[in-house]
Order: sequence, then structure tokens, then C-alpha cells
Amino acid sequence: MSAVIDTPKQHHDDHEHHGPAKGIARWLFTTNHKDIGSMYLWFSFAMFLVGGCMALTIRAELFQPGLQLVEPEFFNQMTTMHGLIMVFGAVMPAFVGLANWLIPMMIGAPDMALPRMNNWSFWILPFAFGLLLSTLFMEGGAPNFGWTFYAPLSTTYAPDTVTYFIFGVHMMGVSSIMGAINVIATILNMRAPGMTLMKMPLFVWTWLITAFLLIAVMPVLAGVVTMMLMDVHFGTSFFNAAGGGDPVLFQHIFWFFGHPEVYIMILPAFGVVSQIIPTFSRKPLFGYHSMVYAVASIAILSFIVWAHHMFTVGMPLFGELFFMYATMLIAVPTGVKVFNWIATMFKGSLTFEAPMLFSVAFVILFTIGGFSGLMLAIAPSDFQYHDTYFVVAHFHYVLVPGAIFGIFAAVYYWLPKWCGNMYDEALAKWHFWLSFVGMNLAFFPMHFLGLAGMPRRIPDYALQFADFNSISSVGAFIFGFTQLLFLYLVIKAIKSGEKATDQVWEGAEGLEWTIPSPAPYHTFSTPPEVR
Amino acid sequence: MSTEVKHRRTVLKSLFAVMAMFAFGFAMVPLYDVFCDITGLNGKTGGRYEMADKPMEVDESRQVRVQFTTSNNEEMPWEFRPLVHEMKVHPGEMVKVDFYARNPTNQKMIAQAVPSLSPSRGTDYFHKTECFCFNQQELGPKEDINMPLIFVVDTALPEDVPVLTLSYTLFDQTAMLKGSAKLDTDDSQAAVLAAR
Repeated sequence: MSAVIDTPKQHHDDHEHHGPAKGIARWLFTTNHKDIGSMYLWFSFAMFLVGGCMALTIRAELFQPGLQLVEPEFFNQMTTMHGLIMVFGAVMPAFVGLANWLIPMMIGAPDMALPRMNNWSFWILPFAFGLLLSTLFMEGGAPNFGWTFYAPLSTTYAPDTVTYFIFGVHMMGVSSIMGAINVIATILNMRAPGMTLMKMPLFVWTWLITAFLLIAVMPVLAGVVTMMLMDVHFGTSFFNAAGGGDPVLFQHIFWFFGHPEVYIMILPAFGVVSQIIPTFSRKPLFGYHSMVYAVASIAILSFIVWAHHMFTVGMPLFGELFFMYATMLIAVPTGVKVFNWIATMFKGSLTFEAPMLFSVAFVILFTIGGFSGLMLAIAPSDFQYHDTYFVVAHFHYVLVPGAIFGIFAAVYYWLPKWCGNMYDEALAKWHFWLSFVGMNLAFFPMHFLGLAGMPRRIPDYALQFADFNSISSVGAFIFGFTQLLFLYLVIKAIKSGEKATDQVWEGAEGLEWTIPSPAPYHTFSTPPEVR
Repeated sequence: MSTEVKHRRTVLKSLFAVMAMFAFGFAMVPLYDVFCDITGLNGKTGGRYEMADKPMEVDESRQVRVQFTTSNNEEMPWEFRPLVHEMKVHPGEMVKVDFYARNPTNQKMIAQAVPSLSPSRGTDYFHKTECFCFNQQELGPKEDINMPLIFVVDTALPEDVPVLTLSYTLFDQTAMLKGSAKLDTDDSQAAVLAAR
């Protein structure tokens, strides 16, 4: 079952050049990490556009006070589906795609450890999201209880389609767990000789830790939706107070999954930025070891802070204090990372190509999101911010310029290696600046709205919130339509464009830059020697 | 060791971790109950309090305000209210209060009251020696009843807790227990609920 000799093609025409199969079969049956990586990335981009359309529906409705475009019930379905699609359909698969493309090339392995399982874990996803999206066309409508699906909203009061949602989540969970096992096996067992753990590129390190987080918490998510399934259909009372259950228990289990989940979405972006900033600063990464330890500490701390999402449920004072201080503790390793990135840039020979622009914006804007997170961590003041637009502003600041900008940066950085052509730098700068302006315009006013008391997840609002909401909607539409430019840029780079050198970037270091551009279908069939 | 063997080991260990974490998700259900019991989280009061051989000495030097509130869960149609809404008691003093319940429907119904005490710091010091919440209550059509609660506030109650609020939520158990042959005597579920 060794990965190296798994593809049957290699047995049959060993003397020929190993190209991919032709037609649709190539994509259906492929076990090649590069093909699967590409499919993950395209799939996540499709989901990004679908979830983006839902976001724009929300912003269009909120452009003015009053109800004009959609019914409140449909509005609730949009907020729910937007969250679910972006978290599970856009951000997570994009990072798995990057892991597939890059981890074998970065550690000098010929492929992922378990190529057939790799194929399977990708092909589950279209079915999972097909199941979830099909609920939009069903009687009763799509899930409408928020992406956090708190019981009893998602059990006693849920639409019938909740069952589709549950099975959809189960399938995504299976896919993520298989992907994570694959990453762990690849990194632990297939590194080139001489590539010790502490020589691995940071992207590989962050993904190894992310994979452990996935293995630890996706089963808990599977467990909580299974309990929901039993409450809805089999008469149990896990979350039903009338039967002796407890709805607050749902929140504990959900956030035990949910908080590590937010680090699952950001740690690989940390890795991407840690690869890109040294390249365009033409300096090695400052504090490699502390970076590794910081990521590991963040991952461990993420398991003991979950109840900061639920300060207002009525916890004893000790609980509030414990979760408040534990949450603030996370700022320490995160601060180490931010200062290391800045120190890497300090006195560097900087240039600002698109990947670097996105990375620098990442550092600045993610830090803003981190600060609003610290404000939310203060238990007594959280009572004011809880469930307001301040929370929406906070998590969009860590997810959009955090996770999404990290993915954009990664695509621009490695695209020349993947397709052999440079992207259009001038257009990419347009993509960056329009995204940057649009995103800040969309999300910065939400801080003010939240502090002024506008609750989240409502289709209508009081008149005094009108101005900031219309600004926010304008920004959202700028950001949304700018992403079509990104699509055009990527297609243009694949079809044409200046040929990329093997090195691609002047200051780039790492095994992936030693192979030709575009990367051949099979790389590192004989492992490189790492000194 | 060949790569294949190494992969198999890694996968098996990972799968074991996945199974363990799935089980842990379910283990959180009883763990949460135990945790709430120990900490008094959620205002969970204890079960029936057994008086010690010697009755508690009444602390005449101070008084504690005890408030009673009631609510009905979801579509529970019963009329349900405390006959006394607030009273002052001395710690150590045994007090009896009545709660009124009436079934306005034309069917026989079974109800279960679930208590919750606020502030949760007080839960360890509020003892119920007799409570209607220890059992289910069955009422015929249009029938009503006064249900007793006998309690003692512990003399060890911290000085800075001047008010205790006891809230009861009434749940409709009729559908849940339908088909159970021993409708009146089967108090296993009631015991489970009362223990909360």
C-alpha cells in the first residue's frame, strides 16, 4: 500500500513520461496530490462564491432599515448557510487543498501518505454540500438556526431539513478527519532524509498541529450533531429540559469543538504568512523555534477557553474568571508570532508583490481582530458586546483578512509553481487594494454598530444604525465583486502569462522551489537530500 | 521499518484518537451533570435532605429573604403559582409553603416541576426535606391541588447572600410517560429529574 508505487500507471508504462489520465476520469479517480489539491482549491472557491452570494443577500437587505428584499425567515436561512458554507466549504477545504499541493513538495515526499483515501476525502465534499444546499429548495427551507445551531432552536424548533444538515455535517466531518489523518501520516513518515521536525517549513508545522486539532474536535462535532439527531428523531432528551436534558450542555459541547475550530481556520494561514514574509523581506524568518512553540501553545490553550463564547449563560464567578484569563493568555503566543513577523520585516530588503501585500495586510488586520477578541474576552464587558455586531466585526476581521487573505497570499505565491506562469502583477495589486478597501469598509463600521447596540442576525434595525449599515453594504459589494477579478487572474495565469522560473521568487527558500515550474506531475520520486 | 508499516501505525493511532474523542463528546453529558452537582451550576439543588438527629439550631440573629417564582415550560396549560411569593425566614427554621396547581384541560395529565435556585452559591445551603418536585404530579380534568414544600435554610449560609430565589418550571410529562404501565408508581424518571 506504499504511496510511491500505488498508481497502476507506473507499473504499466514505466518507460513513458508519467502524465495524468485524460478526461473526467483523471479527476474522478486521481490519487495524485496535485490533482486533488487543485480540486480542493476549485471546490472551495466555488463555495466561496456561493457563500459570498448569501452574504451579499444579507448586506443588500441590511442596506436600508425596514424589510425590502427578503422575508425574515429567508434572511435567517442566509445567515446560517453563509456561516456554514464559508467555514466548512470555503476556508477549511482551501487549506486542505494547499496542504495537498504543498506538504509533499515541501518535505520532499512523492505524494500524500494515503492517496486513495485522499481521493475519497475530497469526493465526499461535493455530496455533503449538495445535501446541505439542496435544503434551500425544500419545503420549510434551509436550516435557519444560525451556524452555531444552538439547541433547542436546532432541535425542538428546527425545520424538517435539519436532518439533511446533520448528515451534511457528518460527511464534512468524515472528510476532514480523513484529510487530517493523511496529513499526519505524510508529515510524520514521509519526510526526506535529513528533514528533521525542526527543519520543516512553518506551513508544514502549522498544518501538522491543525491536523491534530481536527482529529481531536471533529469527532466531538460529530457527537453533538448525533445527539441532535437522536433528540429530533429518537425521543432522547440530551438538550430538552422537559426530558431532563439541558440546552446549555449543547453550548458547552459545541464550543468545545467550536473554539479549536477557529484555530483550525487560522493556523495554516499563520504558516502561509510565515513562508511569504521571509521571501519578500529577503531574510530568514525571525524566531523559527518560538514560532513553532507559539503555534503549539495556541493549539493547546484552545481547548480550555471554550466557555468565553457563553459568558452570559449564567456561569459561576470562578468560571467567568477562569475562561477570561485563559482566553487572554492566548494573546501571549499570538503576540510572539506578530512580533516575529514584524522582526522578520525589520531592516529587510522589502518588495511588495501581491503575496507580500496580502501577508502584510494579514498581520495588521488580524491584529485588529485579535484586539477586538481581547475586548470580548473581558467577561464583564462581554455582557454588552454579546450577540451584537461587535462580535460579527471581530470574527470577520480574523477570518476575512486572516484566513481568506492568507489563502489569497498563498495562491499568488505558489501559483507560478503550480501552473508555470506568472500571474498579472498589476491586476493582482488591483485585486488586493479593492479587497482591502472593500473589506475594511464592510467590517469596520460593524464595530461601531455593535457598540451602539445593534444585535446580530436580524433583518431589520433601528433608524440610527442606517448610515453605518449602508457603508458596510457598499464595502461588502466591492469586496464581493472584486473576487471575480481574482477568478479571472487565476484563469489568465493558467492559460497564458510570462513563464515562471524554477525559483520564481528571488528570496524564496525551500524544497518546492528546487523543482521545475510548472511542477511535474510526479515530484521527488527519489527523495532529495536535506542538509 | 517500512513506510507501509509506519503508515498503518499512524493511521491506527489516529483512528483510536478519533474514536476516543467521539466517546468523549458523549461522556461530556454525565460529566456535565456531575460538574453541575458539585458546583451548584445551573442552580441545581440537591435531592431530599435528611435531617440530622439533632435539629439545626435556629439562628434568630438574622433573616434571609426567600422568593418563589414559577413558570410553565412551552405549552404546558396548567395554572401553577406559589401561594406565598416571598417570605423572611431565620436560618435553621423549618418552613412549609404551598404551591397551587390546577389542570384546566379535559384530560388527565402528569406534570413534573424542576427547581432551580439563584444565586448558585446558595444551592448548598438550601435544603428541601419535602418537595412536590421529588415526585410527578397527576391531576384529572379540572382538578386542582396545593402542593407542599418544606425547607430549611442552612445556618452556614454565607452572610453576603441575603436573598435566595427558588424557581420552579413545570413540565408536561403526559406524552412522555404515555404507554408506561405503571403510570402512578413509576417514579424512576421523577427520581432522575428530582436529583437535578
